[in-house]
Amino acid sequence: MYPPKFDYLRADSAANALELLAANPDAKVMAGGHSLIPAMNLRLADPGTIIDIGRVADFKFLSANDGYVGIGSGTTHAEVAASSDVPSALSEAAGLIGDPQVRNRGTVGGNIAHADPASDLPTVLVALDATISTVSGSGTRMIKAGDFFVDLFETALNDGELVAEISMNQDGANTGSAYAKLSNPASRYAMVGAAARVTVEGGVFTAVSVAVGGLTPKAQAAPSVGAALVGQAATADNIAAAAAAVQNDLGDDVMGDIHASADYRRQMATVFVKRALTKATERAG
Amino acid sequence: MSTDLSGIPQFSGARIRRREDPALITGQGKYTADFHEDGTLHLAFVRSPYAHARILGVDSAEAAGMAGVVAVLTGADINDNLAKGVPSGTPVGHAPYSEGKQPPRQVLSTEKVRFVGEAVAVVVATSPAAAADAVETIFVDYEPLDVVVEPETALAAGAPIIHEAWDNNVAFRWGPIGGEVAEIFANAAHAVTLRVENQRVIANALEPRAVFASHDGVSGVTTVWSTTQSPHGTRDDLAAALGIEADQLRVIAPEVGGGFGVKGSVYGEEIIATYLSRQMGKPIKWVATRSEDYVSTYHGRGQTDVIRLAADENGRFLAADLQILFDCGGYYSGIAPIIPTLTVLMMCGVYAMPVIRAEITAVFTNKHPAEPYRGAGRPEAAYLIERAVAALATEMGMDPAELRRRNYIAPDVFPYTTPSGAVYDSGNYAPGLEKALALVGYDQLRQEQAARRASSDGKLMGIGLATYVEICGVGPWEMGSVYMDENAKVTVLTGSSPHGQGHETTWAQIAADALQIPLEDIVVKHGDTAIIPRGIGTFGSRSTAIAGSSVHNNALSVRDKARQLAAYLLEAAEVDVVLENGRFQVVGVPERGLSWGDVAAAAGGDNLPEALQGGLESDTDFAPDGSLYPFGTHVAVVEVDPETGIVEIVRYLTVDDCGVVINPLLAEGQVHGGLAQGIGQALYEGSRYDELGNLLTGSLIDYALPRSDNFPHFETHRTETPTPLNPLGAKGIGEAATIGSMPTIVNAVVDALAHLGVRHVDMPLTAEKLWRVIHSRQ
Amino acid sequence: MKVSMTVNGKTYTRDVEPRMLLVHFLRDELGMTGTNIGCDTSQCGACTIHMNGMAVKSCTTLAVQADGATITTIEGLANGSELHPMQKAFWENHGLQCGYCTPGMIMAATKLVENNPNMTEAEIRHGLEGNICRCTGYENIVRSVKAAAAQMGGGD
Repeated sequence: MYPPKFDYLRADSAANALELLAANPDAKVMAGGHSLIPAMNLRLADPGTIIDIGRVADFKFLSANDGYVGIGSGTTHAEVAASSDVPSALSEAAGLIGDPQVRNRGTVGGNIAHADPASDLPTVLVALDATISTVSGSGTRMIKAGDFFVDLFETALNDGELVAEISMNQDGANTGSAYAKLSNPASRYAMVGAAARVTVEGGVFTAVSVAVGGLTPKAQAAPSVGAALVGQAATADNIAAAAAAVQNDLGDDVMGDIHASADYRRQMATVFVKRALTKATERAG
Repeated sequence: MSTDLSGIPQFSGARIRRREDPALITGQGKYTADFHEDGTLHLAFVRSPYAHARILGVDSAEAAGMAGVVAVLTGADINDNLAKGVPSGTPVGHAPYSEGKQPPRQVLSTEKVRFVGEAVAVVVATSPAAAADAVETIFVDYEPLDVVVEPETALAAGAPIIHEAWDNNVAFRWGPIGGEVAEIFANAAHAVTLRVENQRVIANALEPRAVFASHDGVSGVTTVWSTTQSPHGTRDDLAAALGIEADQLRVIAPEVGGGFGVKGSVYGEEIIATYLSRQMGKPIKWVATRSEDYVSTYHGRGQTDVIRLAADENGRFLAADLQILFDCGGYYSGIAPIIPTLTVLMMCGVYAMPVIRAEITAVFTNKHPAEPYRGAGRPEAAYLIERAVAALATEMGMDPAELRRRNYIAPDVFPYTTPSGAVYDSGNYAPGLEKALALVGYDQLRQEQAARRASSDGKLMGIGLATYVEICGVGPWEMGSVYMDENAKVTVLTGSSPHGQGHETTWAQIAADALQIPLEDIVVKHGDTAIIPRGIGTFGSRSTAIAGSSVHNNALSVRDKARQLAAYLLEAAEVDVVLENGRFQVVGVPERGLSWGDVAAAAGGDNLPEALQGGLESDTDFAPDGSLYPFGTHVAVVEVDPETGIVEIVRYLTVDDCGVVINPLLAEGQVHGGLAQGIGQALYEGSRYDELGNLLTGSLIDYALPRSDNFPHFETHRTETPTPLNPLGAKGIGEAATIGSMPTIVNAVVDALAHLGVRHVDMPLTAEKLWRVIHSRQ
Repeated sequence: MKVSMTVNGKTYTRDVEPRMLLVHFLRDELGMTGTNIGCDTSQCGACTIHMNGMAVKSCTTLAVQADGATITTIEGLANGSELHPMQKAFWENHGLQCGYCTPGMIMAATKLVENNPNMTEAEIRHGLEGNICRCTGYENIVRSVKAAAAQMGGGD
């Protein structure tokens, strides 16, 4: 309950944060601190130097324009959960992270840079084909969510690079999105999370995007589900049949623990993909 | 007692809000960790990462030189200066105990560690952060030994020996007791056998353990603030460990953030803090973190049981047979050996059972020691018998309510002695069952269930019942003394030190009714051995019945004394003076009277006759003639999602009977909390270990405690069957709902799956477990 | 490192290690021990306070992060001797037993109701998922929050 000692540097702008990071390449960047501080309290993390970007105004925004929504990395989960501008799947998932107090402090950027496989947001961002914009001393980069999450607690971020913004298409006409989650009964992290976005025109799926997380080392797109569903009528039977196709996309690295075995999680992926699809389809109508 | 009883109770039975609360809702309540003195030194412990290992050496050189570190101590520095180690008190040498072993437990282990978390060294530092930093640098050289985690494995030949003074891991055996059952089972029309786990759980009082000890060199008295259920027991155990007189210690239980049984014992950390405070002449403080609490505070439950139940063709029970395997963990102390014997004592439940047989084997394993946790042996008993009855009903194709009705102990046979030796004080089981069934709409629920099963669509509905009985109100005595001052203000001193139960409010209600004075004129004090001369503590659902009865009797004594004094002052015959409307008056002459204030002012005067001297006080403990047996029926309606295995509790209804209730608001609160812990164990909780003895559920990240959204609204109702064994007619309600709810929930879930051929699933009923059960049968 | 914050209406400045948690700052530096610590993994919510108008877990916030913030703790929730409606509701509905979770529970519940005075029972139960109580089974806590919501402007 007493974190190890560290040096503390507070950034007051994005530029300042990059300068501090350049000068302290081994430093840990902290926004809300809601992944880092519990780990330090248990002495599972000992960062030496912390750069606090929690006050950087440059990273705090949420704006929609022309069917597109941009979310500053410093936006809290509570702000995302309350937003009607973001896709339903994203606000829904943000509202299921931790608890109200955690959502008041935890940030979108901090969450995805941490890349916890049991987190909710990566799954949604992959399903929504979001773009993650970064800043570093050498400029900005745009990384697709599917490329951003590399492995367990590992992202495509380079040293000295920070998440600046997450952007994506809004749900749009005839389109709905949803997130469904099997929660760990203790921590309430996702043991299985499934996100879906569908477009239904004339009773037929014209676009379907699905991702799963929680059971794999990183959030995982499930293209087989979309492939099975596009062109099909928007019926419960078709959704159920297509949801099972998620099994093709899970790979060999499904994880288990004392709360749920790998086998059970694998089976639950089908169930929760079905549930996410069902809800998204209702919202599309 | 020759008192008039004309006053109608105003407070007993009233839903009076707690006088404890104003401090607690404004942040003014002080828990142990909130006490502070300048110069306080803080402790942090070096704990074993191995479940079983030899200690080869401790290197603390780096720690000793760190900023803020005052000392690093091992058992070699402390153990020999103590008269005793961690308390270990229960005699297991007498029949029906056999093979009893009582290995001593050091406060800091020097040769061997026997579970993960066992303390090996302690850092004393000027801040808790500095102490925590130093712990990180201390290197203990361990030689890992083979680990034995499962109790069955610990009994097997060739198992690693945990206490090497003996050649096996049996902690003790008990029994067998009872009669011959083999022939009965062989010839019975119906019989069931269930092997059930009552898994280990972690109490999780929300306030982790803490101690603050401050020695006064002038008086030689050490004041110890401790988060304990028993300040007097703590004082005596600490004095025994330190080899000092009890009056050299003052133990204060300030606000205590939950106990649930595991704060009824004294642990090594309290002994070390008290010892070091006296040794170093400094205030010493230790506050556990939650994760540390998991490996330093006793766990609860931990039985593997085989129950057999036989019945005739009409469902009349013929015999019950029980084998208990109790997992002590690495040591036992306190009252652990009593726990499984309480399971045997209560194994007949509410049923007339002609014959029983039972035996216990207790075994050491490389787990944390297990001690009493809310119910302590009685939840295990209710769970066993109520699961067996449900299984038998399914086996017979009989409605489980009907099978219970046929076997309840009849209401006209109390006091009733069971074949396991329990003497039930009072009971009337059928009315509670019928009330519960009517309130929940049992017949309609069964119809709905049949219809939903027929349509075989969606969630699986289950209805679970249990009728429990438990034993509570253990003596041998408790203090509840009453003192009235010259202004007619009353002080009640009680040795039953609470931790959330609301004794201050309830005891005031009891005293106010007996004395016919306003509640506001009564102060209730507890929790400080310097103020309360003696006491036993709060556990085993004993406080209202035992301490409350003492308050009641002492208040009546004070009232009687006051009435005699009033008669003297009024120059009236004693028999002619009554207390009416808070006034002592001469019968038939209402203008001749004295107020409580008049009488209290005169009490203690020098010129009174000898019989009336000594003031208005009474200090007689209440010692009950026997134990109390509250009971009740619970009903749960659940839905199991066949796709995921997730259980949702749709309704939960209780009809509890704890005799006369003093404050229904508080009694209901005890039921709600008891339900949460029983349902928590049934569905979510459990301490899980890997094969190396690592506690996998070592923090709240992995130990699933129920949250508000895990529960429905609890519907609580009562019947009232007073006990003849105390003047209040009150039994206990602190543990009853935990005892009733585990079998109720499991019966409901198994009922939801019964049509698939499921007969039992062990707790906790996790989603995956149920999903597997369902899918293996579809 | 020097930090300044306004706690319950009064500004405090202290020189602290960056690693000091906000809850330790409140308890050990300011002596405000009403805020309790129930866990070390950000689960139990006993340490919940209001920071800049939001419910926050003070065990998962560094004091340096709260530099310049406006903080309300359980000690500052009442208006002088007038209890906050949430405090009153917990008292009247027996919403506490041992009282250890209570400060955090009341601080969390207060913000829940401020944000939505018309919660259903299910919304209340979900909204309190960041606060663990081991005594009450949550029954009377939920009842208290409902009662307070009615006082705080909820209802039709």
